[in-house]
Amino acid sequence: MDVGASWYLVLAAMIFAIGALGLMVRRNPLVMFMCIELMLNAVNLTFVTFSRELNDIGGQVIVFFVLVVAAAEVTVGLGIIVAILRRRPGITADDVSALKG
Amino acid sequence: MIAQVQAMSTPDVAWSALAPLLALVGGALVLLLVSTLTTAKPPRGAYAIITVLAAVFAIGSAMAIWDRVTDPSQGPYAAVAGALSIDGFTVFLTIVIAVGVALAAMLCDDYLRREGLDGPELYVLLLLAAAGGLVMAMANDLIVLFLGLESLSIALYVAAGFHRRRASSREAAMKYFVLGAFSSAFLLYGIALVYGATGSTNLVKISAFLSHNVLEREGLLLAGFALLLVGLGFKVSAVPFHVWTPDVYQGAPTPVTAFMASASKAAAFAALLRVFVTTFYAQRVDWQPLIAGLAVATLVVGAVLAIVQSDVKRMMAYSSISHAGFILVGVQVASARGTSSALFYLLAYTFLIVGTFGVATVVGRRGDAAHAITDYRGLGSRRPGLALVFTVFLLAQAGVPLTTGFLAKFYVINAAVEARSYWLAIVAMLSAVVSAFLYLRVVVAMYMSEPGAAADADGRLQIPAGAGIALALAVAFTLVVGVVPDRVAHWADRAVPVLTDKAG
Repeated sequence: MDVGASWYLVLAAMIFAIGALGLMVRRNPLVMFMCIELMLNAVNLTFVTFSRELNDIGGQVIVFFVLVVAAAEVTVGLGIIVAILRRRPGITADDVSALKG
Repeated sequence: MIAQVQAMSTPDVAWSALAPLLALVGGALVLLLVSTLTTAKPPRGAYAIITVLAAVFAIGSAMAIWDRVTDPSQGPYAAVAGALSIDGFTVFLTIVIAVGVALAAMLCDDYLRREGLDGPELYVLLLLAAAGGLVMAMANDLIVLFLGLESLSIALYVAAGFHRRRASSREAAMKYFVLGAFSSAFLLYGIALVYGATGSTNLVKISAFLSHNVLEREGLLLAGFALLLVGLGFKVSAVPFHVWTPDVYQGAPTPVTAFMASASKAAAFAALLRVFVTTFYAQRVDWQPLIAGLAVATLVVGAVLAIVQSDVKRMMAYSSISHAGFILVGVQVASARGTSSALFYLLAYTFLIVGTFGVATVVGRRGDAAHAITDYRGLGSRRPGLALVFTVFLLAQAGVPLTTGFLAKFYVINAAVEARSYWLAIVAMLSAVVSAFLYLRVVVAMYMSEPGAAADADGRLQIPAGAGIALALAVAFTLVVGVVPDRVAHWADRAVPVLTDKAG
């Protein structure tokens, strides 16, 4: 069976959708982080696929930038989560809801 | 091997073009170094003064670039291997963002001491966020745009949670982080699809490709547009991507809110203007209806939901959403007139909103919690000066003539009418009428109701020096430019973005 570029693009779109959906329905902060990572890595897959298809190295270079950004984002995000969890252990995203209206 | 390495060409770095950026990053590094190396407690306000100096230096070096890029014999150019575009637009937004960071730093000075959080960290975060905003404003490449957006956002996630002891500040940081990262992923996916459709992330190459080729896969590009709009829509807090705004603006430390509402919003609009209005100008029939829809929703929802709020910070958050709707009207027009009206709006709004949240910083008192509209009762008799200044900001936001707020709205609506977007102009005017009610509600609370018992117990509000200077500057700009706008409007006219890959 011939696996063409569109397969990879569809797979990336599905992973992205799983990540986006997971972020909306899951309530554990750490799982929500993983969903964000899933979305970013789905985009990386898209970049690499296009890079190969267009025969342009630029897309693969971009992936490195995205990886660095994702790492920085997770560092900050974990810091925020730890700051919240230290006060109230076992918290879920639903419990963080003092601000509304 | 060594010969090969030597043969590799490195991009020419145009230091003069990067001077504003280097000033902000340099200021942040100086702050970190000085505070680490010295054990003695620095003199009061030293951190804020360094921050303001860095911002002033950024403005000064930007003005030097302005002379060069508006000189017809030289004109705009691209720096760092075509990654950054140096034109009047870059200079104008550099000034807007640097003004935002300088005024926010002045508000921070006393705020941090009052809340027992004094230290260089928040200033460093604000300077780095501003540097990220600058990168967004000058980005000539979608990936550079993404990197700028992330440096802006990551610094602001931390800044939003800076008041560690307040649960609402931590909550704001968490919500901002989750939704910010979510929107960045959408933006990045949009970039990936545009890359797939056009074969490049460089805006000049994308624009050239689209003007010379007929797309085989138009759907890819259109999906890319939609995702880019979602990503940037989050950042400018356009409805329906606005849900984070009220929570984050309310929970974040008030000076940080001032920065987010001014500089961060300006950077996001810069990206919207350069990517859509300039690069995808030829495809405007595809994206104009989308932005028009966003603008209508943003104008209406922002104004209507602001009315029902009882917390002034939250109310101003919704009102900032409705202001974003006005700027989107200017973006939607997709003409030079529309862009310059949006730029004028961003500059005017920066002073207005920093002033507004500056008053909220002072009235918030220790603990940064007294933001209910009842806390403003009787302010007119207790602190007449502060109440007068706040009234100026509120009336200017409502669009009362002789203020910059009126002119900003006038230019945007004028641009929409010129482009025959009559419906949008009408919606914008109706939204202005509706939101006038909420600004007047605060004014009425200040002048026409008796102060509560709690306010008396607190004694007289002190207006610290830093906040006083920031408020005075903001009021001066609002009134002076409101009366004689020609010069600033002329600058905004000449600050329309240009696509160029001409090396400097």
